[in-house]
Amino acid sequence: MNNKLVEIKNLSVSYDQNTVLEQANLDILPNDFLGVIGPNGGGKTTLIKALLGLVKPDSGSVKFHIPLKKVGYLPQINQIDKRFPITVIDVVRSGKTGSQSFSMFSKKQDDIKYAEQLIQEMGISGIKHKAIGELSGGQMQRVFLCRSLMNNPQLLILDEPGTYVDSQFESELYEKLKELNNRMAILLVSHDVGTISYYVKTIACVNRQVHYHPSNVISTEQLTSYNCPLQIITHGDIPHTVLSQHENDDHHHGHTH
Amino acid sequence: MMIITMGTLIELFSYDFFMHAFWASLFAAISCGIVGTYIVSRRIVFVSGGITHASFGGIGIGYFLGWNPLVGAAIFAVLSGLGIQLFTQKAKVREDSSIAIWWSLGMAIGIIFIYLTPGYAPNLMSYLFGSVLTVSVTELWLMGALSLALILFFILFYRLILYVAFDEEFAKTTGLPVNLINYLLISLIAITIVLNIRVVGIILILSLLTLPQATANLFTRDFKRMMPLSVLFAFIGSFVGLLFSFYVDIPSGASIIFTLVLLFGLMKLAFFIRQNIITRD
Repeated sequence: MNNKLVEIKNLSVSYDQNTVLEQANLDILPNDFLGVIGPNGGGKTTLIKALLGLVKPDSGSVKFHIPLKKVGYLPQINQIDKRFPITVIDVVRSGKTGSQSFSMFSKKQDDIKYAEQLIQEMGISGIKHKAIGELSGGQMQRVFLCRSLMNNPQLLILDEPGTYVDSQFESELYEKLKELNNRMAILLVSHDVGTISYYVKTIACVNRQVHYHPSNVISTEQLTSYNCPLQIITHGDIPHTVLSQHENDDHHHGHTH
Repeated sequence: MMIITMGTLIELFSYDFFMHAFWASLFAAISCGIVGTYIVSRRIVFVSGGITHASFGGIGIGYFLGWNPLVGAAIFAVLSGLGIQLFTQKAKVREDSSIAIWWSLGMAIGIIFIYLTPGYAPNLMSYLFGSVLTVSVTELWLMGALSLALILFFILFYRLILYVAFDEEFAKTTGLPVNLINYLLISLIAITIVLNIRVVGIILILSLLTLPQATANLFTRDFKRMMPLSVLFAFIGSFVGLLFSFYVDIPSGASIIFTLVLLFGLMKLAFFIRQNIITRD
């Protein structure tokens, strides 16, 4: 297929001589719902930061076939200062790219209307003038999702959106993403393969290298051969398979259904 | 001790030195109120402390060369502000270490050059502890110009400043000029600090950049409301502190800080009582 949105080619990234990503290759296609999985410290976040141009690669390339402003981004929520004096509506409006007036008194109606529409769709209209410090984890995640949608993106990148929220909101969120997937490609980073494999169409396992699977089912043998120490539950016709925990990996939680 | 009446207050305003002090506290409130809101929101109070103390190096060199010490202080403040950022980002020195290096280096240079300057260094104490009554007319003009520039800058580029301050990394993904804004604001912080040194002094200026903001933060958690409220509290603190220092005859810098702390303490107590006692019914 030639209509790729993004092509990542032979991408290598290192921090202080520690190689985090080595010769990574990944293509993102329209309508993709790609789950990026892998152990903590395996390079998932580095992969998307390099993709977004936030981290400089040692070698390799990231080629966009869509305008950069058509990429929405939801970073890990723990990176955000929750006591910063900013209101919900301002956080959502900060997702806007391109020409805009930054003046305190500018009332750009289109932007405000679109931000309010997103807030309403997410069911949080009641809190739009609250400071972000007053929100629950689930509300905050909705706010940041609104921000990432502010440019009506063609590709939405989410870094661990399921953390710091309760399980009910987590499944609501994934349902919402499924709905959004009708009009945009989604790249979802998570260490929680069990939950996301319900929703994603394809999987990329990142552990220094990137291994791509053109389906949402991934077998024990494949994972071990890729040195991807994760527990996994597959869904569908295949019986449940729970992987044993990798010996030096104590970060992941077991899942039961 | 005199008793403050409306009459004596009006009489005070007829004195030049008092009018100067009044304008100085107004401009200090405007500049420190605005810049301090940014500093507190962004949690760079310690960076500002580093810049403040590093500027003492410039004051020492100013004395030694016979310049206006504030010119030297301005150069040192801007350089140390940019230096702290560069050390942290490019040379990968940990931020608090980088701050401490500039902080102490500036102080050391200041002490050396004041020692090397023949004779007694006049006004040295006013740079360290402030003396709002000795602010010159030129300094007042500079403080006024800075206040006006800050008001315009923070109104016209409000959203740019807010977005970069709130989430720098995300701001990069939306294509905002993050580095330019950061360096520009560090320079504005440095200039604000230097021009307000005469009001409360190097040792005490951090409080003018944080206490009114902490008080304002009790009332609002919205950056654009925090700025004018901080200006208001900074002005109340400086003006009441000024009167207090005049009537009780104590150093103005310390008196202003004391008033600011008192204001914060009283407001905090009022909020505590409202939340824990009144709403309990």
